[in-house]
Amino acid sequence: MIPSLPRSKLSRHAIGGYVVAFFVFLFVPLVVVAVFAFNDANYPAPPWRGFTLDWFLGGGSGRTGLFADGPLVNSVGTSVIVAAWVTMLSVFVGTANAFLLERARFRGKAALSLLMLAPLVIPGVILGISILAFASRLAQFVDDIWGLELDILRPGLPLVVAGQFSYVVSIATLTIAARLKRFDATLEEAAFNLGASRAAVLWTVTLPYLRPALVGAAAISFLMSFENFNTTLMLVGSDPPLTIMMYGRMREGASPVLNAVSLFLMVASALIALVLLRRPTRGAGG
Amino acid sequence: MAAETAVGIAAPRARLALLLLLAPALVWLVGLIVLPHLELAVLSLRARVAPRVYELSLGQYRTFIDEPLYWHTFVRTAGISILATVCTLLIAFPAAWYIAKLARGRARSVLFVLCLIPFWVSETVRTLGWMILLRESGVLPRVLVDLGITPAPIEMLYHDATILAGLVYTSLLFMVVPLVSALESLDDSLIEAAYDLGGTGWSILRQIVVPHAAPGIAAGSIVVFMLTLGNYLTPTLLGGKNSLWFTEQIYTQFITRFNWEQGAAFGFLLLVLSTAIVWLGLKLTGQHFGDVMRRS
Repeated sequence: MIPSLPRSKLSRHAIGGYVVAFFVFLFVPLVVVAVFAFNDANYPAPPWRGFTLDWFLGGGSGRTGLFADGPLVNSVGTSVIVAAWVTMLSVFVGTANAFLLERARFRGKAALSLLMLAPLVIPGVILGISILAFASRLAQFVDDIWGLELDILRPGLPLVVAGQFSYVVSIATLTIAARLKRFDATLEEAAFNLGASRAAVLWTVTLPYLRPALVGAAAISFLMSFENFNTTLMLVGSDPPLTIMMYGRMREGASPVLNAVSLFLMVASALIALVLLRRPTRGAGG
Repeated sequence: MAAETAVGIAAPRARLALLLLLAPALVWLVGLIVLPHLELAVLSLRARVAPRVYELSLGQYRTFIDEPLYWHTFVRTAGISILATVCTLLIAFPAAWYIAKLARGRARSVLFVLCLIPFWVSETVRTLGWMILLRESGVLPRVLVDLGITPAPIEMLYHDATILAGLVYTSLLFMVVPLVSALESLDDSLIEAAYDLGGTGWSILRQIVVPHAAPGIAAGSIVVFMLTLGNYLTPTLLGGKNSLWFTEQIYTQFITRFNWEQGAAFGFLLLVLSTAIVWLGLKLTGQHFGDVMRRS
């Protein structure tokens, strides 16, 4: 069972083989996606017909590569814009929440901190429909009272940002609060004693200390937003983010251009992961 | 900021700081969580009697009970989710054991990170991979033919087993991570002592390892169950038209048929089931919600 106990050769090989099989299971779908992005065929399926870059660079001659596929490239742009908003909002509100949970004292704090975790156990589809329904009620209300048509409350990117933010901020809050909890308050007191103003202390002592958690929370928020599907599906309007676009195309049929954009995504997330893992962000999620 | 309350400076300023800190949290929780769910509850309980005139009704919930398709789908979704959770646990446990107990030094952290990598990639991409592997013209049916196991390529998509496999795959990370951290904290000397006292592999596992890892097992299972129940992408893409997943019913009512009242009722039923299972899981293992969430 453990190295210090006698283990039969058989059991050692069995668990070794199992772990190999486990990792093959984990990686096979990704490898397959990557490989068929380069297959010289109109359909991502065996057999192998030779290497091509058509699915990235192609344009015109029957094959539309990733970079010539307008709607697909636009959807990547949409995802980046949505993710940027969600990240900004989540890190900002998450930081405020962390100070609220770790520093402030007020009645109902325990209930509030529990409520902050609630979005993590609400299925994403339900977050989506409830925000959709509520926004539509608000839009109706505004229309009835002031006769205003508020597009911002109709399915579209603002609602997608709101929907994703509603649970991503829970994760950002947990990440930042965990680091703030371990902060040594005497550092702040020392700065006060040396005559620093409140803003100066926050800016030069507390926030620099929180930096790794802020970076970690930002990276996780960006990734969560970029990959979100369930909530987005319910709130999306006429300009779909990448996950929704890919889903639509996958239902219609397969084209290796999806493999190409997937490979692009894999490389991008691997880069984000590397940045995160190389930093000493202990406890900053992941 | 709120440090003022801790340090204890002028009260009115501290009040103001507290309010400023509270504002974003309240806007978020009230505006995006509490009120929308109240709206959902109201929607699910009303019936339209005339244009813009509504009255209280349990009609939507009655439809759910009267229409076998709906509650069959509900029960089926719950059943497959439980099965997927159990399978995920069984598959993840030996791997987590290897990482936590058998791998040493650098190998351990490398293996752990290797477990995380596939989950940095979008679920859409992973599902695309499975579709290329399993569809009739895909990789695996071709391999089976080449090996002479099947005479012609077989369609491996659109089965319940495919949905199950896809769900297990998507969930593994959320099981491996809490299991590894639970098993790492188990002192090897306890296992050695049990062995010296004549314990066999099985009895050590049952009496020492599982009780110690119970919090990790519970945390992983709860998260996996919740995510599986609310999954939409994997069942619809791997199960095709026969997937009969409950989130799909919600989508159909809300978006396709524009029957928001019915969709809201379905959403509420799913929310109740999800919450009930989470609560039950916590009760059975005597844990606190906050701790479990922080751990995962």
